[in-house]
Amino acid sequence: MIVHSIFFYFFSIIAIFSSLMVITSRSTINSVFFLILDFISVGCLFIMVGAEFLGMILLIVYVGAVAVLFLFVVMMLNVAEQKQSWFIGKKSTHIPTGLIVSVLILLELLVVVGGWKYKEDVMSSSTLVLSNISNTHQLGLVMYTDYILYFQLAGVVLLLAMIGAILLTFRERVGVKKQSYFTQISRNPSTAVELKDVKSNEGVKLDD
Amino acid sequence: MIEIGLGHYLSLGAIIFFLGVIGIFLNRKNVIVILMSIELILLAVNINLISFSIFSGDIVGQIFTMLILTVAAAEAAIGLAIIVVYYRNRGSIRVEDIHGMKG
Repeated sequence: MIVHSIFFYFFSIIAIFSSLMVITSRSTINSVFFLILDFISVGCLFIMVGAEFLGMILLIVYVGAVAVLFLFVVMMLNVAEQKQSWFIGKKSTHIPTGLIVSVLILLELLVVVGGWKYKEDVMSSSTLVLSNISNTHQLGLVMYTDYILYFQLAGVVLLLAMIGAILLTFRERVGVKKQSYFTQISRNPSTAVELKDVKSNEGVKLDD
Repeated sequence: MIEIGLGHYLSLGAIIFFLGVIGIFLNRKNVIVILMSIELILLAVNINLISFSIFSGDIVGQIFTMLILTVAAAEAAIGLAIIVVYYRNRGSIRVEDIHGMKG
């Protein structure tokens, strides 16, 4: 019981601190770093409380895709303005924040791995064990039967988001050499090859 | 204090929700931070749904959490695409520079 409360306070304090830093830090890139830390902390909380599948989804999809997408856009738009940095130094001021976030993530991983021997104490103190089957199995039993319509609609939402994002950012470029499959396939030897009579000792001009 | 119950998780969700709303209102920099605040708000909603699902022994809350994750990912993709297009047209995404609709 005490182990569970220690884990809860550890992860929740880090989550609250990092979400405070998301909205208050000066540069946008540091906000994205702390957003990643926040997602990791809440994912650990989900795993701890017994929703393992959603915790893993949060780690993989959110940290791996959405937060990296944010980071990508921030770096691409060049809006990372820094008026003051935490440490004195003219160049590469993202490194201290990156180090802090990585050390905190490493600390969380160490806590998770080190607490694995107290797994029974942590997991069974708060979660109501419904049955013998695992969390992912339970989700699958309900999601693919009773909620299949919502599952399909979620897929449609993702498809529409993909089409919308591509359509919004699509830009027709002029002056770029492209491959034209139709003209490539539809050419024949009479248009591709030109035969010339070459006189002796004279050569041929290739330009015209 | 030692016994972690439903109230602790709901308090954590409430604090993160509050911080997300404050982040939307206090933001003077750029729109990307507003999108990140929306992500924080959705994360707080997910915390609430999962803790209710666990502590009341019903799996349906986790399914709704997964749907919310889907919608949040789609919203982040569309929002970032709009921001990229806006930056390409105007050259700035500062909040005070966005006044094209005179709002």
